[in-house]
Amino acid sequence: MKPYIHIASGQGFWGDLLTAPINQVKYGNIDYLVMDYLAEVTMSILQKQKLKNPKLGFATDLIPLIEEILPICIEKNIKIITNGGGVNPIACKDAIISVANKLGFNVKIGVVRGDDILEKIDFFLSNNIDLKNMETNKSCASVKEKILSSNVYFGAAPIVEALKLGAQIIITGRTTDTGITLAPMIYEFDWSLNDWNKLASGTIAGHILECGAQSSGGNFSYDWESVPNMENIGFPIAEAYPNGEIIITKHKELGGQVSLQTIKEQLLYEIGDPKNYITPDCIADFTTIDLEEIGENKVKIKNVKGKPSTEFYKVSMTYLDGYTAFSTLTYCWPNALKKAKKADEILRKRFQNLKLEFEEIRTEFLGYNSCHYNLSEDVEPNEIVMRIGVRSKDFKSVERFGKEIAPLILTGPPGVTGFAGGRPKPSEVIAYWPSLILKNIIQPIVEIF
Amino acid sequence: MKIKLLDICHSRSGDKGDTANVGLIAKEKKYYPIIEKYVTKEVVKNHFEKICLGGVERYELPNLWALNFLLHNSLGGGGTKSLKNDAQGKTLSFALLRLEIEISGEDANIFEK
Repeated sequence: MKPYIHIASGQGFWGDLLTAPINQVKYGNIDYLVMDYLAEVTMSILQKQKLKNPKLGFATDLIPLIEEILPICIEKNIKIITNGGGVNPIACKDAIISVANKLGFNVKIGVVRGDDILEKIDFFLSNNIDLKNMETNKSCASVKEKILSSNVYFGAAPIVEALKLGAQIIITGRTTDTGITLAPMIYEFDWSLNDWNKLASGTIAGHILECGAQSSGGNFSYDWESVPNMENIGFPIAEAYPNGEIIITKHKELGGQVSLQTIKEQLLYEIGDPKNYITPDCIADFTTIDLEEIGENKVKIKNVKGKPSTEFYKVSMTYLDGYTAFSTLTYCWPNALKKAKKADEILRKRFQNLKLEFEEIRTEFLGYNSCHYNLSEDVEPNEIVMRIGVRSKDFKSVERFGKEIAPLILTGPPGVTGFAGGRPKPSEVIAYWPSLILKNIIQPIVEIF
Repeated sequence: MKIKLLDICHSRSGDKGDTANVGLIAKEKKYYPIIEKYVTKEVVKNHFEKICLGGVERYELPNLWALNFLLHNSLGGGGTKSLKNDAQGKTLSFALLRLEIEISGEDANIFEK
């Protein structure tokens, strides 16, 4: 057994810094590169791409990335784990095999699927499995016709199985952000799947890695000006030990900062009840975490307590729920706010005259109070960006909204600019339907290619 | 005496649907009892009255010198439904740091030294 392993975060979301995973494998020695690409909205976009082209439906950024880093990963024996397989991990695997072949490498690829239950919804509904919305308790039958994607969140276990089968690259569909970091620890240290304290510790490491540099100096409220070399920020690395202790660090050649404060901020990010952080693998208790800064850019995590996992998988469904469009116009001194407010008033009257139907119209004044509303200090700004958005089930109303903005330049208050890029186009509202399903109904599929 | 949270805390916020989470972390251990005592969920609800249209929940993490607030019905519907510029509540962390609390009695001693 290795005395410790290094697991490096490569991406915090699809669209993150493209150089980050390259730097993670280039500098220093790591054992695993883990990359999280999926959000709820991403799943529905990928499902649409797959409908148009059966070879799509995964995070396409992965392919040129793998082409670039594969030689160095093979040389250093770095394994890659990612949920970038999206709704089509098999097509993703095929694309990776073809770049590997092009480079002359023969790599073992593990694929985890079985999370995509879109085609089983009818079957579930006819068997009284109605995927009730966790917030409203309504059956998913009420939105059935509009469902765009439906995926179960798997945890670390299927990835562990793929590692045991010798996979060097593992592509999954919907796997939790934390599972991709926890899996290598279970595999390397032979942790039992009911060793709740260790699983919770690895899960917390996963939570710290899942948003990339947000734990190593990015978006750092404590003292952002002290973060060195942010242009070349180092993403976090978990040094994991067999006893469950974790040291969070980063490559010393890169910028950024790992301190008690950067780690605490990420620990508090997007959590609910800290005593019950629920994943498919365990329930982690964030109030038991002991943090200690043990050196420059080194924070140790120990004494984490966990509880048994639940008998459910979380299911994430998305459905189409209308349309939105947005536009902005910039008004200058003097009386920038007064002019912007008049423009907003004119627009709303024109919408009324045209009998456009909107569920909501929201106007915000960027540069004045769009972030903190009434908590902002009242100032007279030199200029203001008026941002107006509308939402409706009626596509035509949203489309017409887009045609009403530019006319304001010649038919409204003076000192206006900033209308560029053509008429705003309607975009779809992708609503989210969270539910639970019993684990024993769903079978993850693990294959090696 | 009045203390602005910006001077004694740091913070981070994010979203889960239409609920924003705001983590409030004391900069020093000695400030944790102060925020635990004075930054109640009622105070936070009152602070965010124009932003948070639902209830507020508070959780304590003394090990991290931190409090976690859930602000329900705060993001204009959340996700792609929201028409807000800050649909994910990313800037609410600093909005909480604008809060001023009135410290009284012995609690004020740690600030005067």
